[in-house]
Amino acid sequence: MNAMNFLQAAFAGRRLATLGFLWLVMIAVAAIAAPLIAPFDPLEIDPVGRLAKPGWPNLFGTDHFGRDTFSRAVYGARMTVIIGTGSVVVALLAGGLIGMVSAYFTKLGHFLMRGVDVLMAFPALLMALVLITLLERSVFNTILVIGIVYATTTARILFGMTLKLKGEVFVDAAVCSGVGNLSILFRHILPNLVSPLLVQASFIFAFAQLQAAALDFLGLGLPPEVPSWGNMLSEERIYVTRAPWLLIYPGILIVLSVFSMNLVGDALRDSIDPRFKDDISGV
Amino acid sequence: MALLEVQNLEIAVSAKGKLLPVVQSVSFSVDDNETLGIVGESGCGKSLTALAIMGLLGGTTVRITGGSIRFDGMDLLTLSERERRSIMGNQMAMIFQEPMTSLNPVYRIGDQIIENIRQHQKMTKAQARDRVVELLSLVRIPNPSERVDSFPHQMSGGQRQRVMIAMALSCDPKLLIADEPTTALDVTVQKEVLDLMADLQTRMGTAIILISHDLGVISETSNKVAVMYRGRVAEAAETESLFLELAHPYTRGLLNSMPVVDSDVDWLEAIPGRVPTLEEELTGCAFHPRCASATELCLTTVPKETEFKHGHSVQCHFPGKVAP
Repeated sequence: MNAMNFLQAAFAGRRLATLGFLWLVMIAVAAIAAPLIAPFDPLEIDPVGRLAKPGWPNLFGTDHFGRDTFSRAVYGARMTVIIGTGSVVVALLAGGLIGMVSAYFTKLGHFLMRGVDVLMAFPALLMALVLITLLERSVFNTILVIGIVYATTTARILFGMTLKLKGEVFVDAAVCSGVGNLSILFRHILPNLVSPLLVQASFIFAFAQLQAAALDFLGLGLPPEVPSWGNMLSEERIYVTRAPWLLIYPGILIVLSVFSMNLVGDALRDSIDPRFKDDISGV
Repeated sequence: MALLEVQNLEIAVSAKGKLLPVVQSVSFSVDDNETLGIVGESGCGKSLTALAIMGLLGGTTVRITGGSIRFDGMDLLTLSERERRSIMGNQMAMIFQEPMTSLNPVYRIGDQIIENIRQHQKMTKAQARDRVVELLSLVRIPNPSERVDSFPHQMSGGQRQRVMIAMALSCDPKLLIADEPTTALDVTVQKEVLDLMADLQTRMGTAIILISHDLGVISETSNKVAVMYRGRVAEAAETESLFLELAHPYTRGLLNSMPVVDSDVDWLEAIPGRVPTLEEELTGCAFHPRCASATELCLTTVPKETEFKHGHSVQCHFPGKVAP
């Protein structure tokens, strides 16, 4: 009930954000029910029907192995959700922990945050590339690498917020009542960070898609047989003149999804923190 | 031996590689059933002294550099973290200046007090909750059995301060430190909160340290007063003795700068100048730049603590000879 009220408040009067939200719901449904929705096996090769135009029964056409592009796109939604959720979990756990602990235990924090600073000095994609070349291509490693890249920004944000909260009188009051350090950090400070964490999560989710697509496109992301939108772009790029639909559909899916995630993230942020409300908040 | 004895407490701030003293040789004691008032302008070290007693000066920039704080026979400065935690909130408690921020906004007030109780006493949740309702009615929160489940933002400033008092009293502490508990509240609520504290003291025999910059509040509530100026106790005495005969020109200045409601004056006297900053090197008495009767001696020599009358100590070269 509470969640419904919150969503209603966040999306009231924001038509574009509501559309984005609905799109994300569709992606989620596709991810969960992929085997039911996809008309074909995404891995099934059909040498005769390769590079078929969009039509019936191959809605989005077929690729150069004759695999059904629509089915692959539906299964790709699954990867989108897995990569997004995984990266968010890794980034928030690692970054959140580093940021909070650094802010609370300042001596250790100097040490940890300088490490974070060094990592942040690398462009995000470059760092992901370096890490992924050290590891083997797999879903788990892709999640890990993207998570680590965004853990740095998360650590920075939470470092600042924890530092601010640490100076609040209620923390002193908790110290005064004899509560231990860890309990103060996780029971008194952490609950106050839930809303910024939520917003951060929504943006990491969106950026992770771009990062994953970029890695896939460079051939360093998910293993090539895994149906993901980035892989579809990467594999079919040489057919751009002969079968442009092979690139158009996954491209549109990536763009729409990332755009929707950003819109939803904006809406959530505005509803949590009214200071960010600006002129374009009505869209 | 008194309940709390602070002796020659020294606190320093490290800035740009130097140690700047902010509290210097501060000594006082408080006993059961007693209220000690600490007065002074902003930045004179009164809050720092309180934080030092509560062990909240954990940072690296501000630290205790000397002296001792003894509570109930224990040396608070050498206690282990664990032992200290068992005393905090249990035998010693603190009320802060800002009732709006001293409660955690994401927890119900009842849960916060329950946490404090269960930190120190073996009680089931239900028992602790009953105790909280009892405490809330003790601090005169209307409808306590419902307000237990309120969030801090659903309460007014005065109510929140009362919740803080309830929390501070939840384990029947022997010592209660109140750092400007009424500064952020309006006058009518102020009186209620002070009355409440006095009432609880007579009921439980708690020792109270009341920090304020309001001499009026101090004179009404305290048995003893310590006037602080730039990190030192300028004058300390029993309340009556202090107001009967002022020995330090700073106390005189503070008193003169209080508006008197029923007198017909159109000029309020203020102490000229301001409290010197830490960086300013001062020789002699810290008050001499602002003192009307400062002499050559005041410029060169720091006054020693002298006994002006019995139980009335002062740090001034010319105690009692103050221009009125």
